[in-house]
Amino acid sequence: MIELHPNVVSLAYLIAAVLFIMALRGLSSPESSRTGNYCGMLGMLIAVTTTALGPEVESYGWIFIALGIGAVIGIAIARNIAMTAMPQLVAGFHSLVGMAAVLVAGAAFANPGAFGLVAPGGEIYVASRVEMALGAAIGAITFSGSVIAFTKLQGLVSGAPVSFKGQHPLNALIGLAIVGLIVYFCFDQQPAVFWTMTALAFVIGVLIIIPIGGADMPVVVSMLNSYSGWAAAGIGFTLGNDALIITGALVGSSGAILSYIMCKGMNRSFFNVILGGFGGDSSAATATGADDRPVKQGSAEDAAFIMKNAGSVIIVPGYGMAVAQAQHALRELTDELKDEGVKVSFAIHPVAGRMPGHMNVLLAEANVPYDEVFELEDINNEFQTTDVVLVIGANDVTNPSAKTDPTSPIYGMPILDVEKARTVLFIKRGMASGYAGVQNELFYRDNTMMLFGDAKKMVESIIRNL
Amino acid sequence: MEANFVSQLTIFVLAIFVGYYVVWSVTPALHTPLMAVTNAISSVIIVGALIAVGPADMSLSKVLGFIAMTLAAVNIFGGFTVTQRMLAMYKKKH
Repeated sequence: MIELHPNVVSLAYLIAAVLFIMALRGLSSPESSRTGNYCGMLGMLIAVTTTALGPEVESYGWIFIALGIGAVIGIAIARNIAMTAMPQLVAGFHSLVGMAAVLVAGAAFANPGAFGLVAPGGEIYVASRVEMALGAAIGAITFSGSVIAFTKLQGLVSGAPVSFKGQHPLNALIGLAIVGLIVYFCFDQQPAVFWTMTALAFVIGVLIIIPIGGADMPVVVSMLNSYSGWAAAGIGFTLGNDALIITGALVGSSGAILSYIMCKGMNRSFFNVILGGFGGDSSAATATGADDRPVKQGSAEDAAFIMKNAGSVIIVPGYGMAVAQAQHALRELTDELKDEGVKVSFAIHPVAGRMPGHMNVLLAEANVPYDEVFELEDINNEFQTTDVVLVIGANDVTNPSAKTDPTSPIYGMPILDVEKARTVLFIKRGMASGYAGVQNELFYRDNTMMLFGDAKKMVESIIRNL
Repeated sequence: MEANFVSQLTIFVLAIFVGYYVVWSVTPALHTPLMAVTNAISSVIIVGALIAVGPADMSLSKVLGFIAMTLAAVNIFGGFTVTQRMLAMYKKKH
């Protein structure tokens, strides 16, 4: 076996960490992103090889079996997953990182000698106990929280928030119990203490995600992304592995920033989202939904005529587009319009979809060039000079009352100023209110034409009428 | 051990700052691939699993390490592959 000098090992981990940073850095533009991803793979290869060559690893049989199983399953899933299912895939992957962190912490606790964590007295170092307990606790929360997020996103359970009396006190109590057990664990390293603490962490992971409604999932998925990073960092401290500490910190701050961006996109505080209960089957939806003002209704034929004669069209997609799988039809529509000499672009709200950047991926999959897709702050000034806006599967993010009505639950939320365009075409299945349970003022404007129907069928029938 | 902890903490805090600046420079259009790739790289936790599964003798630790290693491997192969698949879709106007 090759014997690696400790400095060589440290340098290899450093290189791996730098490659991971470059993998994230590459994502600053689509051109550099592909190279970045290769950097990430190379970094992983270096980190794994370096550890595998270390003195702790004596037998390789099980290692190759585990890698083989992981490769087959991982690649099969990644190749076959639909892009619309990306949020639940990411949630599922987060749960695996969380569980791996729990298991590694458990393994280190069961056999501290192999990890070099045994103090001269025969016990585990106190610092190591804190680190492994934190790694296990955060890992467990990540695991069970991600499993709940996965089942909600996959539609296995209802996306509606689940809340019960005394929920917050109960969470606080369990949280305190976990902290207490970690402190106690420093004085008494009994297995019962460690595993009880871990079990409680699994429970709290479930409890903190169930009260959060389906459309708050962008925040939840980002938050769990962050947790998985902190769990990895905790294990990095236990192992004294710098590459793991750095990577954990990168991922942790990445998830935290994404959570922040998502919260800002909804004008809600992080705690407001975490405490949950927003949206879903709230009674407020029906209360404010009762509105019999007339709306202007149009047909696919009308829509085709208006768009064909427009100079410029902006399309605003939302989660409904993903649900109806309308992105490919939409792309076809833009091609037809461009042939007619119409300028077409897309406007994406930060919280459109069920995870950050979800709409962008779906449009990219449908071959919409990324330089025709714009973020809110880049395109919001252009609505006033645009002839036609086509809103498809979005609702709350276009509601002008977010700007004008201080009593509205979505007041203050940044919205796309679609009402400033000359004509707004709004594809919708019915008059139901959006996720926030607020009636959209836009429907009753003179320049709005409602197109009732399934998003995909409506777009296809517009294309036929062009 | 104690001195070691402080230097690790230093690395940790500095890496959070690096992450902060690097992630803010990521274009919002690539936020989904960002989540997929951070997922893949956080599975570098597999190095801990390697140490657990490494000893020749059978033990609880080795079994836990084996399961952890399999889960992390799913994530690594799956995460990088799906990121690659997504990034290949982003094309410019021609």
